[in-house]
Amino acid sequence: MDFDEIDLKIMRATQVGLPLVSQPYHAVAEQLNLPVEIVMARFEAMQKSGVIRRIGVVPNHYKLGYQFNGMTVWNVQDEMIDEFGNKIGGLPFVSHCYHRPRHPPNWNYNLFAMVHGKSQEEVNQQIEQITLLLGEFNLGNEVLYSTRILKKTGFRSRNE
Amino acid sequence: MTKNYDDIDAKLINHLQNGFPICDLPYLDVANELGLTESDILERLKKLLENGTLTRFGALYHAEKMGGALTLAAIKVPQSDFENVTEIVNSFPEVAHNYARNHALNMWFVVATETLEQLTKTLADIEQQTGLTVFNMPKINEYFVGLKLEA
Repeated sequence: MDFDEIDLKIMRATQVGLPLVSQPYHAVAEQLNLPVEIVMARFEAMQKSGVIRRIGVVPNHYKLGYQFNGMTVWNVQDEMIDEFGNKIGGLPFVSHCYHRPRHPPNWNYNLFAMVHGKSQEEVNQQIEQITLLLGEFNLGNEVLYSTRILKKTGFRSRNE
Repeated sequence: MTKNYDDIDAKLINHLQNGFPICDLPYLDVANELGLTESDILERLKKLLENGTLTRFGALYHAEKMGGALTLAAIKVPQSDFENVTEIVNSFPEVAHNYARNHALNMWFVVATETLEQLTKTLADIEQQTGLTVFNMPKINEYFVGLKLEA
């Protein structure tokens, strides 16, 4: 997929958010000195190709009552990880699921799945479900809870 | 925690987790779908962003697909130095999220840059400025990214 200079300009102008004005795409077009048709076409194309995952809101989990956001981490046999990653990623309460490198002895886990619940009990049940799913292929697991959000922004580049 | 939003806000939040139109008057479109006015939508979004119920509104970009680089990294921070290290790490614009977590690796942050070189440099700069080892955990495979949290 070609991600060109125009896309990059649009990304830089909107990575912190869309303008809260009646015609947000016109506002972006005006700011970038581009025809609005081009800007809208680029948004469409970027969304279609997956460069834009989606346009919409990102809620603060905590403020919606999801105070138990667990980063569950699992040590799964390497040859099995893709199979289980896809299965665990398909669970309805998992928001992100990735294969990441281990750093033994400090970090022995290679599968990450973020789970979200409104109570500890709810999250415990979610972890139990993943445990059952992995069965004998689970070589160890932990759950890390965030105790504080230290920073949360959209990503932005130095070149803004 | 007290709720900072009412039932109409909840409806709006749930609706806008599913997408936002690309057209001349997108807020008006959303307003019509929800039986609200355009100005109501704009005011509610502004309020929800200001009071932190929403962390973002807009296009969510997939960094790697733009040729950018993204990673998750963790540091083992001595408790006595936690505030100081937080300040250093957060000072990097490349650090998008940073969370304190209940583990020996007690600081976890996401770094996003336009190139892999910038990413490598940022991690090296963080190590140099904090004097601590940064454990880099870039994704090897992505199985799922999504989820709507019902408001």
